[in-house]
Amino acid sequence: MQEQIIFYAGFAVAAWLFVIGLYGIISSRHLVHLCLSLTVVQAATYVLLAVIGYRPGLPAPIFVGFPATSPAVDPVIQALMLTDVVVEATVIALLLSITVRVHRRTSSADPNEVDLMRG
Amino acid sequence: MSHAWRVTVFLAGAAGIAVLFALVCRTLPGPLPVRNRYAEAINSRVYAQRNVTDAVSAVNFDYRGFDTIGEEFILFVSVLGSISLLRITSERTEGLLADAAEPSRDVPASDAISLWVLVMIAPKVLFGIYIVTHGQLTPGGGFQGGVILASAALILYVGESFAVFRKVVSWRLVELAEAAGAGGFLLIGMIAWFWGKPFLTNVLPLGKTHELTSGGTMPLISLATGLEVMAGFVLLLFAFLQETLTVRGEE
Repeated sequence: MQEQIIFYAGFAVAAWLFVIGLYGIISSRHLVHLCLSLTVVQAATYVLLAVIGYRPGLPAPIFVGFPATSPAVDPVIQALMLTDVVVEATVIALLLSITVRVHRRTSSADPNEVDLMRG
Repeated sequence: MSHAWRVTVFLAGAAGIAVLFALVCRTLPGPLPVRNRYAEAINSRVYAQRNVTDAVSAVNFDYRGFDTIGEEFILFVSVLGSISLLRITSERTEGLLADAAEPSRDVPASDAISLWVLVMIAPKVLFGIYIVTHGQLTPGGGFQGGVILASAALILYVGESFAVFRKVVSWRLVELAEAAGAGGFLLIGMIAWFWGKPFLTNVLPLGKTHELTSGGTMPLISLATGLEVMAGFVLLLFAFLQETLTVRGEE
């Protein structure tokens, strides 16, 4: 029963983070806020991956202190997640530097005011 | 599009997602019967086949090493993009930067903070190196360790000033480290070609389990990744600090 609750609650949290992050993006009044909303959307993928890789009662796939052939949680998902966390940070840095350029050019950081098509 | 109209469209879409998501969740088989054959194959083999204890690092740096190259180059390209966007070219801004980076213009850090930072940097660097080199044995590896190493540079700025940061951290050297990390990964992958094996095959001696040298190419790739991640984050830090101080210098 407890496993069922963790499983479905995980999916619900992932969906909630995705939708609330999207709301942050569409209602944003500042480009930095917009970038951070995007990280909230991406946090949904972490929760989703954690739930997919979850195996009730099994240990982490570090084979120290228990038999090397016994089952453990999914290592592929964990590998995906840890690279994703690091890479995402640099991608957000790229978006923030674009924000800096936009602010320099238009002296505004409000996505509603920034007219990106201006030559 | 006005704000109210945009929110209305969003709410309609969100309601749609909620309905579809609830329908999909009802058909899920639940946590127990779901089995990933690939994950089980790796978990049951990694210890005997590669002499390592951490299956996560084995996936990252060996079994799916080719995918990690892709990830690493996303990191490389986004750091490259950030730096070229933030790059300061004109001499005027260079002068402003020099002014802003003068120690006298920074708010001086209190002695307590400076001392604490100096005390903390050595263990932080050591911990970062430990995490990078023990990736095949315990949770860790190049990605996590690289970030810890980069944070040592960050606390140097927090505790001292940008002037001190610029003195200690050489832009050229960090740039070189990033290139070496990215190129090193590819070169380690090419070692396999000397044995006539495909790219990124683990051809080096696997060593003894529970030892630092176990895992063949794994510790080397972890080291290259650590170098690249550390250098990438330090470069980002450098570029953003320069930009901030240039803006401050203009005001």
